[in-house]
Amino acid sequence: MRDVAIIGVKNTKFGELWGRSLRDIVVEAGAGALEDAGIGGKEIDSLYVGNMSGGRFIDQEHIGALIADYSGLSKNLHVPATRVEAACASGGLALRQAIMAVASGYNDIVIAAGAEKMTDVESEEASSALAAAADREWEGMTGATFPGIYAMIARLHMHRYGTTSEQLAEVAVKNHKNGSLNPIAQYKNRITVDDVLNSIMVADPLHIFDCSPITDGASALVLAPADIAHKYTDTPIYIRATAQASDTIALHDRRDITTLDATVVAAKRAYSMAKLRPEDIDLVEVHDCFTIAEICAIEDLGFAEKGKGGIVTANGETAIGGRIPVNTSGGLKACGHPVGATGVKQAVEIVTQLRGDAGKRQIEGAEYGMTHNVGGSGATAVVHIFSRER
Amino acid sequence: MSSVPRFWRSIGSRYNLEGTRCKECGEHFYPPRNFCVNCRRVGHIEPYKFKGTGKIISYTIIHTAAEGFEDQTPYTLAIIQLDEGPRLTSQVIGDPEKIHIGMRVRSVFRKLGEDGEGGMIYYGTKFVPEDA
Repeated sequence: MRDVAIIGVKNTKFGELWGRSLRDIVVEAGAGALEDAGIGGKEIDSLYVGNMSGGRFIDQEHIGALIADYSGLSKNLHVPATRVEAACASGGLALRQAIMAVASGYNDIVIAAGAEKMTDVESEEASSALAAAADREWEGMTGATFPGIYAMIARLHMHRYGTTSEQLAEVAVKNHKNGSLNPIAQYKNRITVDDVLNSIMVADPLHIFDCSPITDGASALVLAPADIAHKYTDTPIYIRATAQASDTIALHDRRDITTLDATVVAAKRAYSMAKLRPEDIDLVEVHDCFTIAEICAIEDLGFAEKGKGGIVTANGETAIGGRIPVNTSGGLKACGHPVGATGVKQAVEIVTQLRGDAGKRQIEGAEYGMTHNVGGSGATAVVHIFSRER
Repeated sequence: MSSVPRFWRSIGSRYNLEGTRCKECGEHFYPPRNFCVNCRRVGHIEPYKFKGTGKIISYTIIHTAAEGFEDQTPYTLAIIQLDEGPRLTSQVIGDPEKIHIGMRVRSVFRKLGEDGEGGMIYYGTKFVPEDA
């Protein structure tokens, strides 16, 4: 297998982009990533795009072909384009497919993109589409919502470990603060613990400020074999590990309701592949679709002891300048969560940080970064590790 | 919900807590599985009707309803562990102030929802406190 590098990145603005279509934003991200890498279109061997639910959100399937067409990769170049779907982990999984295409030697220059256009439908319709990431027949049909499923994780975490609503709120407060430093973030306003606790209850104990928003956005990466990466850029960022794991689709069937075993296993595989430990990682983008999800993620990835995620967050250990900065982009909570794009956006943030280009939210001297992307309530987890030096 | 065949084909399980059991390893499955996750190819699945008693593992009170459940809001949703072992997601009826982790519950037959006025009415299993 060959080593793989990222040579170009681009995020669109994340937010309620009512004036723009899916094809508009994904072309902006793709063209921006190519420009960043200093390449045209002829070198591209294949394209992978993460998209969860084009069928529900914009009544459009065959997203791979659509994107290739509007990116100018179809009519003359006939570049193969593949849509990847694993609910909210679609983007992370698209990146993983792209890495495997380059590592195997089948392809050299590959685009990994992710995009979702969620605001063309009413929020009820969007929520229903998102609930399809859970088990529709045995969770959804009983009246379960996505916030409701994560609320049951939160309830048991609080019962078992003493985690508090204030500690959950600290996740949102931190991520809004980070988002305020990120030009593409959906929310740049800072909030307080009281703001979270006084916001409306969606699924007890989760308030609406414990939940990530509905977002439009697209992200793209350009990958190349590490051996030729310097031909394109002075600052290639290297893939040290790509790992993925599955668990039961329904939360109720899991070994433990407060642990995402798919995250634990994917992380273990990633650390083993990279020959690194949690202490070696300088920053991480985790899947904070809800505040409790970030608490579980930092525990399951090895950055906090099980049950201590809330305390570690409240102590500021996951803030910029802390022991292990988490979600410098603002995370899903503040940067926004266009579901198919999220996993790719996380990688764009880590690459930007490892290049030293993250401006006010820069983690000085960062050598190793990690991304953690989850589908549903933990049926899919994708973990990547990146490094500045090869 | 809005799909009659999709609901209808699992009516036995939804109305009567009918699941399955693997004769090979003895594990019970609800929701039913027709392929044992432990034994896989060498498993032998048979029908099994659950007693309907169990305890609450975790719960939430939903204030922003799922589509089709708006008129029931707020409602209590829980993960329940049946006494035979498997866990499921279901609504729990009763005073939301009194619900707690570890609470004993039993299954009851109730209306789950309907497809608008004059549409199909869905029935199935909910849970109540065991002593109710």
